[in-house]
Amino acid sequence: MSVSIVADIIERHEEEVLADWVRRQKESLGNRRDLSDAELLADSRNLLSVLRETSFTGADADINRPEWAKARDLLGELSRRRAMQGFSPSQTATFVFSLKQPLFDRIFQIGNDSKLAERIWSVTTLLDKLGLYTTEAFQKTREALISRQQQEMLELSTPVVELWQGVLAVPLIGTLDSNRTQVVMQNLLEAIVAKGAGIAIIDITGVPTVDTLVAQHLLKTVAAARLMGAECIISGIRPQIAQTIIHLGVDLGNVITKATLADAFLVALRKLRLSITNA
Amino acid sequence: MDKIPILHLGNFLLVTIQVDMHDRLALTLQDDLTTQVVSHRARGVLIDISALDIVDSFIGRMLANIASMSRILDAETVVVGMQPSVAITLVELGLSLPGIRTALNVDRGMKLLQDTQASEVPTLGSREIT
Repeated sequence: MSVSIVADIIERHEEEVLADWVRRQKESLGNRRDLSDAELLADSRNLLSVLRETSFTGADADINRPEWAKARDLLGELSRRRAMQGFSPSQTATFVFSLKQPLFDRIFQIGNDSKLAERIWSVTTLLDKLGLYTTEAFQKTREALISRQQQEMLELSTPVVELWQGVLAVPLIGTLDSNRTQVVMQNLLEAIVAKGAGIAIIDITGVPTVDTLVAQHLLKTVAAARLMGAECIISGIRPQIAQTIIHLGVDLGNVITKATLADAFLVALRKLRLSITNA
Repeated sequence: MDKIPILHLGNFLLVTIQVDMHDRLALTLQDDLTTQVVSHRARGVLIDISALDIVDSFIGRMLANIASMSRILDAETVVVGMQPSVAITLVELGLSLPGIRTALNVDRGMKLLQDTQASEVPTLGSREIT
């Protein structure tokens, strides 16, 4: 179904439709201050002109066709921008949906003849599709944002630091799942080889909860480090966590555990036959 | 048939595994090593697996077996130079090789064996036999 009616309306009443549309957007956005009037007006004007251009060619309402590429790009870019600015999905979709009323008003003015329903149907189909496209683009941006943050968290939260020659420490922060354990294990083992370390301290001060699964992951890491010829010390066990471990019946085996990183470091120094004295 | 060489270093035996271990080779090694431990009166066995990229459960079990056999023959086994990926694989397979001592490289492994020997308490009334 051709949507050339949209081109007609915009051609004849561009300024009125634009003014009406922008007013409705402002109403629905309420008191958001971070979107300037100029930006809103520019976005709206751009979309109107793209809509007019595209519907003028006699394209139908299938927005996946190449004729609509320009409109899709425009809306995609707009959704990405708004997603970054922290708009909600409905606020972003309202940008398109609030164009309905101004267009319908003009369609009614054309006349209440037998074609009225058909015209309204074609316009509403088009705008619904464009609105849904906006939401989809918005969603994609958010998902990309979330996955990037997850990746960053994974990289940030598993550093291996050298405390002394031959002593490594891994301060774990956040919940340990099998994915992260894998990364921690790999980082630690590679650091053991690179630094030629004989002792590794795993500090779990930043781990909020320890359940059987987390304990199992920890023990796996310890076992793997031992196979490479490095001894592991687990430190930073909070009172609450010690209680949980015992209640759960987790057996930490013969792994050395210490309450604080300082204690663990002392043990490591003693194993290296080093001591700290007052200067 | 290829064979894994066993080097004789003082009181210790050094085995460097540089080829892919297949099952028959592993069994031959087990055989040779136990024979040599006895014939050289070795007190320690160093197995260097730094060139090994892939292990399976069979090789893991073979390492554990060699360690147990050597212990019966009064020789300590130290596995040295395990690759990170190999360590992770063994742990995921549930083979944490509890009876085996490990070290980062041959140098450290040798030191570990020497330390163990030095700390062994001489038996009462033992005397140097010259």
